[in-house]
Amino acid sequence: MKPGTLLRHRELILVFAIVVLVALIALRFPAFILPRNLIRVFDDTAILAMLALGQMLVILTRCIDLSMAANLALCGMVVAMLNAAFPDIPIPLLIVAGMGLGAALGAANGLLVWKLDMPSIVVTLGTMTIFRGAIFLLAGGQWINAHQMSDSFKALPRNVFLELPVSTWITVAVIGLFALLMGRTPLGRAFYAVGVNPTASVYTGIDVGRTRFFAFTIAGMVSGLAGYLWVARYAVAYVDIAGGFELSIIAACVIGGVSIAGGIGTVAGAVLGALFLGVVNNALPVINVSPFAQMAISGAVIVIAVIFNARNERKRGRIILKKAEAEARA
Amino acid sequence: MSLIKNLAVTTALTAAMFALAAPAQAQTRIALLVKSLGNGFFEAANAGAQEAAEELGDVEIIYTGPTEPTAEAQIEVINSLIAQQVDAIAISANDPDAVVPALQRAMERGITVISWDSGVAPEGRAMHLNPSSNELIGSTIIRLAADHLPDGGQVAILSATATATNQNIWIEEARKVLPDYPGIDLVTVVYGDDLSDKSYREAQGLIQSYPDLDAIIAPTTVGIVAAAQAVTDAGKIGEINVTGLALPSEMAGHIASGASESFAIWNPIDLGYSATYIAYELATGAATANEGDTIPIGRVGEVTIGENGEAAMSEPFTYDASNIDEFKNIF
Repeated sequence: MKPGTLLRHRELILVFAIVVLVALIALRFPAFILPRNLIRVFDDTAILAMLALGQMLVILTRCIDLSMAANLALCGMVVAMLNAAFPDIPIPLLIVAGMGLGAALGAANGLLVWKLDMPSIVVTLGTMTIFRGAIFLLAGGQWINAHQMSDSFKALPRNVFLELPVSTWITVAVIGLFALLMGRTPLGRAFYAVGVNPTASVYTGIDVGRTRFFAFTIAGMVSGLAGYLWVARYAVAYVDIAGGFELSIIAACVIGGVSIAGGIGTVAGAVLGALFLGVVNNALPVINVSPFAQMAISGAVIVIAVIFNARNERKRGRIILKKAEAEARA
Repeated sequence: MSLIKNLAVTTALTAAMFALAAPAQAQTRIALLVKSLGNGFFEAANAGAQEAAEELGDVEIIYTGPTEPTAEAQIEVINSLIAQQVDAIAISANDPDAVVPALQRAMERGITVISWDSGVAPEGRAMHLNPSSNELIGSTIIRLAADHLPDGGQVAILSATATATNQNIWIEEARKVLPDYPGIDLVTVVYGDDLSDKSYREAQGLIQSYPDLDAIIAPTTVGIVAAAQAVTDAGKIGEINVTGLALPSEMAGHIASGASESFAIWNPIDLGYSATYIAYELATGAATANEGDTIPIGRVGEVTIGENGEAAMSEPFTYDASNIDEFKNIF
């Protein structure tokens, strides 16, 4: 079986798992499958889905970005502070500013990984803390609250366009762009090549460091966009927003079949992984389970997904001396 | 040359200060020592202290503090207050232990020391004034919901993490007063882990699971803001009242939108007012701070000294549309 069909197979399994999950939830809480609620669940997952796509690029190149949630928080805070100070700046311009800042922060990660050849887990562990610290210094530990943000700032993601909230449309657009990037551009293919075999990539003319740099930069840009969406959605910005969210992002990737070892992963997989987590997160409050069981359930889901991945990725050893082995046995 | 000049200037200045301070000696001089200057919360506490000073008459308030909220900087200020021979120091400490030796020196020189807001270890002060107590907070959060439900109704609590000690104590105290509100039905307690996204989802879950829900009580700032936003987004303003504990600046927008009728937190003005009263009573010898003693605090009522020399001022102050604009820029 070719790896391509295996992966497509895997996404079908994930779709099946999500459908079964939704059906089970509906048994306990029928209102969950109302179209209006499903749209709500998808919208709630929008931020996670786009972040998972950014993280996927980084993981594909055998790196990891732990700073995405902190990047999100910093960009969200900057955008919120700009809006509070200058309410007249058009929101699209603020979003572009947020994405630009996010991309710059991501590029800083990328440069350290590329030029200094540092392990990405160390670099991003450091920048994660630096970004959080920067928010504290910038805002002096203060919150930016709902009444300080302009109405249009808070309303944009919630506005309904063709039955769906704008934040959902933004995510759909991001998913589309990622599908184009991964499937139709040399850079997209380079992410896979670098992950599957960095040495061979160099021989084919791909600059491994530069490819990683672009992965981090794009992940940063997505974080910046998500930063605005987060702050507008919850109408508050403070140092700890999206605290610990980096782990949810990585979990979404892992559940979606993105291999932590690099080289394996699809846009559909990452989105489905995020959606799976989103369904679980939205279902737990309505099916009335204890908060301690909730944690255990969330954790178990991730471990099961990893076990599943490990089984799929295990490469069969090739028997190259079949004849000799048979003779030796005889 | 420059040393002599400096000495001369210093001596002259000191003499001038004494000369200026001399007529004030008849007064009780109370230093309101805060964590750092330029913080709206403490400015408000100072306003309360000034109010108390006016009522008491012969009191001079020295509002002071370091520019950086560190224990070292605060110790320097304590030393200078000792040198100024103030009658009392009311401190909100940057560190409960680091300031103790300096405060002990102050007490040895006959200065009355109390702490308020952020406490000092018992050996470093005569008493500590807490803004409130667990019992008062527990009963307040239920009353906040009940105030707007004269005919009773369903309420749910949105807490932080399931293991947060203070939250669990407040919820326990809230359950104890429930029998006093026969119409109020506490349907469930859910946990948002003090994360915006999880709190928001839990609030959405409550809205879906309990179609007749009348109020969400969130005794945590992240939770109350997220719940107010979830209620707004679900179009339930007017049907579900979000209340609990939060700072006025955080809730101003949600009070304006109507998602929250009212909420509570300590009032820094009352805190500064009460600390001044207590410092005055103790410094003039009108009251003592032994366990079980009661000290009157003007319009706020009175406090009773409990274990470890601690006392609780009052139940949290309620903020609503009538006073939110006054406080939202303070803290």
